[in-house]
Amino acid sequence: MSGGWLSGKKSQFTKEEALKEYFKFLADDALVLGQQLSRWCSKGPVLEQDIAIINTSLDHIGRARLLYQELATLEGGETTEDSLAYFRDHQEFRNALLLEQPNGHWGDSVVRSFFIDTFNFFLYDGLRHCENPVLAGIAEKSVKEIAYQAQWSAEWVIRLGDGTEESHEKVQKSVNDLWMWTGELFEKHPVFEKLGSSFIDFSTLKTEWLEKVTLVLETATLQIPDPESWMQTGGRLGVHTSHLGFILAEMQSLPRTYPAASW
Amino acid sequence: MMGTNVSLEENFQAYVDGENKVEPKDWMPEKYRRTLIRQISQHAHSEIIGMQPEANWITRAPSLRAKLILLAKVQDEAGHGLYLYSAAETLGEPRETMISDLQSGKAKYSSIFNYPTPSWADMGTIGWLVDGAAIQNQVMLTRTSYGPYARAMVKICKEESFHQRQGYEVVMKLAQGTPEQKAMAQESLNRWWWPSLMMFGPSDDESPNSAQSMKWKIKRKSNDTLRQEFVDKTVPQVEYLGLTVPDSDLKWNEARGHYDFGVINWDEFYNVVQGNGPCNKERIAHHVEAHEEGAWVREAANAFAQKQAQRKKNTGAAA
Repeated sequence: MSGGWLSGKKSQFTKEEALKEYFKFLADDALVLGQQLSRWCSKGPVLEQDIAIINTSLDHIGRARLLYQELATLEGGETTEDSLAYFRDHQEFRNALLLEQPNGHWGDSVVRSFFIDTFNFFLYDGLRHCENPVLAGIAEKSVKEIAYQAQWSAEWVIRLGDGTEESHEKVQKSVNDLWMWTGELFEKHPVFEKLGSSFIDFSTLKTEWLEKVTLVLETATLQIPDPESWMQTGGRLGVHTSHLGFILAEMQSLPRTYPAASW
Repeated sequence: MMGTNVSLEENFQAYVDGENKVEPKDWMPEKYRRTLIRQISQHAHSEIIGMQPEANWITRAPSLRAKLILLAKVQDEAGHGLYLYSAAETLGEPRETMISDLQSGKAKYSSIFNYPTPSWADMGTIGWLVDGAAIQNQVMLTRTSYGPYARAMVKICKEESFHQRQGYEVVMKLAQGTPEQKAMAQESLNRWWWPSLMMFGPSDDESPNSAQSMKWKIKRKSNDTLRQEFVDKTVPQVEYLGLTVPDSDLKWNEARGHYDFGVINWDEFYNVVQGNGPCNKERIAHHVEAHEEGAWVREAANAFAQKQAQRKKNTGAAA
């Protein structure tokens, strides 16, 4: 970490801190993705898909709430789900950089969803057996929704890849452009060592993820980018791209303008 | 020939007068069919265009709970639109035709959505007043003579009532909140009150289609009756919130058993209907843009479906 743009970031965690970090990884991923997907509302390519994508957004934000509620309990004091969502700045967010990348066109958004949904599927499936009962409960509830999301986004990748020449080219570019943000999902992080093995270490999911992604991209007649190519990093340590600043500025504007108000 | 037609129409009127439901395969006067297509598609378009002023606040909803409720509400509206397009399709009108009529300006949608939503309070006011006014109309439509439309309305009314309660809750939180929040609620009420009353349409003597629709039992109460019911129901709700109805002529009329209220600015109404509202151009442009940007996606989905069908056929032939 030293000598690069991640210098000075915290790398030692107590067990208690590690647990909070782990919840932030999951909750911030869900919130940022849900917030991004909600922008599609009234802009989908066809009414049925407008409804489908809003549905995935609802699921992500619903899951974020459950995770923030537990994180608020762990933090104690005045912390609430809303103070976590609305009163933290970019450097306190722990979402993967993939999720803050712009929606772009339909192909960009479904590829982004496909990469994270596939990751989430293996992650939450494993977390159903987590020793932390709250997390296990959330995983049990979420895994069914995530299975649907993963199927929906994979089907769209296949449809666009194996659709027209234009859609094939467009979605191949989406895959190529988003690829460098996927490596971060499987990074080793110091918090994993502090928690029990029932807290899934994200780096253990890479093989399954790559197998599934390869299968879907092949079915879609798309090229798979080099898994060993240079990958971006920083989100899990609170180092973000410029996009997150705008996402938060928009999302947090009202509570920050009227901090004394409750809604 | 002429004589047969007259008798068919007489039979139809007698059937409707007997409170029977007309179903898609039944004979119906062409004008009845056209009236229904116009009305149901207009209703569907209103649900779809109505998504825009609310979608405007989804990314800025001030709590996660409020964000989820608003998202779910807008999703319901998309579902209502879908449901209503299907009801109109039972009368032989394809969805593509309805969409292109909306985009060309040939078909109308509820004019209320040509007003902007600059304030979070508008998310409450729309649910409370706009959905409230819509419900006033739609409850009547659950008894409309065309079966598929009446049944669609039963489902839609249930969800709309839920939206109205949620809207009222948003306004109540503001009205009981900080002085800034209360001012926010009043400012929003000032902007939406009169346009909500306009939603019921022109006065009965100015409403061109009303009489025939009443006769065919498509419509069962006059615009003025529905408007009065809405005012009578809503004024106590405004008072309960400690807000003020922006109408100095509003007062209870003991003799009539109704509220008297001021004169609606019909000049504004007709101008907004005719395309001069603050958001008419923006709403249609948004719809057209999304439709055009989605063209390559729809083409890809069709191409893929055709390839799949061909593959299935080939596999079948091989086996």
